[in-house]
Amino acid sequence: MSASLTITLTMAVPLIGAVLVGLTGRWPNLREAVTVVTAVVLFFLVVSLLTPLQEGVSQQEIWFTVVPGIDLAFDVEPLGMLFGLIASFLWIPTSFYAFGYMRAHKEENQTRFYACFAIAIGCAMGIAFASNLFTLFIFYELLTLSTFPLVTHSGTDEARRAGRTYLGILLGTSIALQLLAIIWTWTLSGTLDFAPGGILRNHASDATIGVLLALYVFGIGKAAVMPFHRWLPAAMVAPTPVSALLHAVAVVKAGVFTVLKVTIYVFGVDVLHDLGSSRLMMYAAAITLVLASLIALRQDNLKRRLAYSTVSQLSYIVLGAMLATSAGITGGAMHIATHAFGKITLFFCAGAIIVAAHKTEVSQLDGIGRTMPFTMAAFLIGSLSIIGLPPMAGLWSKWYLLLGTYQAGDYVLLGALLVGSLLSAGYLLPVVVRAFFRQPAGIAVGGAGAARAGINEAPMACVIPLLVTAAGCIVLFLWPQPLYQLVRTLGGG
Amino acid sequence: MISANLPALQVVVPLVAAPLCVLLHRSILAWAFATLVCWTVFAIAIALLVQVGASGPISYELGGWAVPWGIEYRVDSVNVFVLLIVSGIAALVLPYARASVDAEVPREKHAMFYAMMLLTITGLLGITITGDAFNVFVFLEISSLSSYALISMGRDRRALTAAYQYLVTGTIGATFILLGIGFLYMVTGTLNMLDLADRLAGQSESGTVQAAFAFLTVGIGLKLAMFPLHLWLPNAYTYAPSAVTVLLAATATKVAVYMFLRFAFTVFGAPFAFEEMQVGYVLMPLAIIAMFVASIAAIFQDDIKRMFAYSSIAQVGYMMLGISFATTLGLTGGIVHLFNHALMKGAMFMCLGAVFLRYGSVHIDTLQGLGRRMPLTFAALVVAGLSLIGVPGTVGFISKLYLVRAALDVGWWPIAALVLLSSLLAIIYVWRVVEIVYMRPALVDHSGNDFGKGEAPPLVLVPMLLLAGACIYFGLSTDLSVGVAANAAAALLGGGP
Repeated sequence: MSASLTITLTMAVPLIGAVLVGLTGRWPNLREAVTVVTAVVLFFLVVSLLTPLQEGVSQQEIWFTVVPGIDLAFDVEPLGMLFGLIASFLWIPTSFYAFGYMRAHKEENQTRFYACFAIAIGCAMGIAFASNLFTLFIFYELLTLSTFPLVTHSGTDEARRAGRTYLGILLGTSIALQLLAIIWTWTLSGTLDFAPGGILRNHASDATIGVLLALYVFGIGKAAVMPFHRWLPAAMVAPTPVSALLHAVAVVKAGVFTVLKVTIYVFGVDVLHDLGSSRLMMYAAAITLVLASLIALRQDNLKRRLAYSTVSQLSYIVLGAMLATSAGITGGAMHIATHAFGKITLFFCAGAIIVAAHKTEVSQLDGIGRTMPFTMAAFLIGSLSIIGLPPMAGLWSKWYLLLGTYQAGDYVLLGALLVGSLLSAGYLLPVVVRAFFRQPAGIAVGGAGAARAGINEAPMACVIPLLVTAAGCIVLFLWPQPLYQLVRTLGGG
Repeated sequence: MISANLPALQVVVPLVAAPLCVLLHRSILAWAFATLVCWTVFAIAIALLVQVGASGPISYELGGWAVPWGIEYRVDSVNVFVLLIVSGIAALVLPYARASVDAEVPREKHAMFYAMMLLTITGLLGITITGDAFNVFVFLEISSLSSYALISMGRDRRALTAAYQYLVTGTIGATFILLGIGFLYMVTGTLNMLDLADRLAGQSESGTVQAAFAFLTVGIGLKLAMFPLHLWLPNAYTYAPSAVTVLLAATATKVAVYMFLRFAFTVFGAPFAFEEMQVGYVLMPLAIIAMFVASIAAIFQDDIKRMFAYSSIAQVGYMMLGISFATTLGLTGGIVHLFNHALMKGAMFMCLGAVFLRYGSVHIDTLQGLGRRMPLTFAALVVAGLSLIGVPGTVGFISKLYLVRAALDVGWWPIAALVLLSSLLAIIYVWRVVEIVYMRPALVDHSGNDFGKGEAPPLVLVPMLLLAGACIYFGLSTDLSVGVAANAAAALLGGGP
């Protein structure tokens, strides 16, 4: 099988999966089997692209020319590979998790749910392997549209309002700012193909590049840089599997991935490094990072707290990209992976709590560690990874990001990163503390016997995936080399 | 023999067919005949496209009278494209019309209705194909009068006032156009467009020529519903029978835009129109105001046909914006949007027609929860809506791409930003419909039954889905649309047709 065909298949397989899900909708077990098989096949397809990439074989695939100078084309490069691997791998545990969650919750319209989910993953693959800005933009928009039915899944008024915010901000920023930036880039440089070293060098003045940079950073709404972050907390009305894979991994990572991609292959790391105005973007990211953490501290709803935490962590990556140094880019790229494992674990846990205990607020979680020990242990692991403590994967990415700000000599940014991490400890660890060290509510003090309620975990289909992803946080701490090797070359170091 | 006379046949076939339609009298016969004629006309347009592509512009002397005394039909890369749009839409509208006419028009008027349809199409094709300025006016009257009649056949009684309103404004527009042509004749003594162009050279100081240009611009502006001359359009589109709305929305304003292109660029020439008369600085602000004001007006409409009628005014704004740049990129954008907008609005109004057919109304409340009852129709509506927004992968994106490029190319990035910002307004009104359709429970009648399920008949569905498919196809493969538009733009700016 030729490599170029494989790229096409990474988008075609989820699409075929979606169609089959639609056809098998009347037999839930068969439908779920289709999802799992699709997810596994997709992961192996993505993995099979890895060897040619390491051997330096070109895998370019051009579908057709849309307008002269703009092709619908795909290629494999390390950053896209990283994103593709993470999204496709995490789809497998998420699928199992979704079966447990959706059935336990007796959700309606499950067929539509799984079909849209598969399409969204296909769009994420398109983003990962796009070889020019135009192709990336198409799939970026399709991802927004295909996730809209997932966000508004419940069909309630609240969901409808959230859907409006979601679509309004994501489509709005992408059309008004990002598209303008893309067409402007095209007008200036005559090409939209991603090229190492950038395509804007010598084509635009520093001032223009500064404006373009701002248009990209804010226009890529999926990166949730303030003030365009509100769609992410709004999207939490979706069923938890959606929050877990799409709004902690695929969709938001598509955003920061695009920022990194634009940094490296459109502006060029060197160009950006010498540019004064990129510092403004760093501060925008730093402000988002701290503010979102502060807001997270005050959220009682667990999923919303995690959403604001995501907003904050995404800005770590944006900041890393804007540093435009080897350490910054490496840290940012690695944070895509480490944050993915950490945050998906946390969301899985939040969903498991909803399924097993029907609790959504942090203040209700007193003593829940006694009935859901595995879930809360995984929550602890995920939290530590997000904070960036050993022995968790998050350490490595934060290490490089801190190194980047240190090398840049900007101690304000360095301080912001540290404060962000401290704050993340402040909003994540109390959840664990409550769960393990407080008396469960409703049990009278000294009410013997009732305290031994026994273990009441969510279905196995929910618990095993969250243990797998939690284990992933530890594995990536112990063996970060493959990850590092993959992204090492990106910063031009 | 036939291939040499194609330019004449393009117009003569539907013209002669129209009275025959009346003679056939029976509804089904008239419909079948009119459909056949429209497909023939479409085939002729394709043949002409091939001919022009192979051997350049075709000049045809009607009745054998030599140019410039006789009437010349002239087919070049600009108008062959418009001929294709008009006849293609007509070929899709006629099959579609059957069901909606049965439901909306009294039976005894059917034959008349199809005859009027054919006459409208004749007029539109005639305006497009002719190379004679006075002939433009004649065909304009044919198409206008027949479309007034068509609009008045709407089921709602307000159709009569709508038609009357359109009649009054349309007549004023036509009078202005006639005055403009008269002035030109006064100065030059000729009516042939190329001859006019030759003789007008060096006459740019003449007040008569300048007045002619002003009259023509305003007159055509009325016909193409350029802001603020658009007031006739919302009512006319809203109350006309569904099939008529589709035909007019997809073709009538487009032909008017073409008329403007022809006069401004071919007859007067871009240097006169855009440098001496500075018409660009008149059109551009009006176009931008139209983009915003009409889109905002669309947001507040509860009748969906009316909503998308306002959206049409905004879309005409995009076309005029592209034209007002008077650069190759801008013209390409304007002309390609002419084509693209015909596809998306055609599809959009066909969907609404299908809803009207099943439920007798396109008020926003009627649409509640219909997404599940008419899945194909609303899938098509969503595609057309996404095209209006300009989501990549749809035709609307291609238009926006060229318009924004044109603005950036001349360094006017605020204009580029305005084009994109106005697209956000389209998100609001399109999504208002989408939410109602997919996220509200369907209505039930008094006894608790729902209003029945199911799609419109296949003859309604197929043209609609074809157009919706075209919205995506031409959004990804632009060889035909952008290719032809770029040629047309180059031809218009390069002087003669």
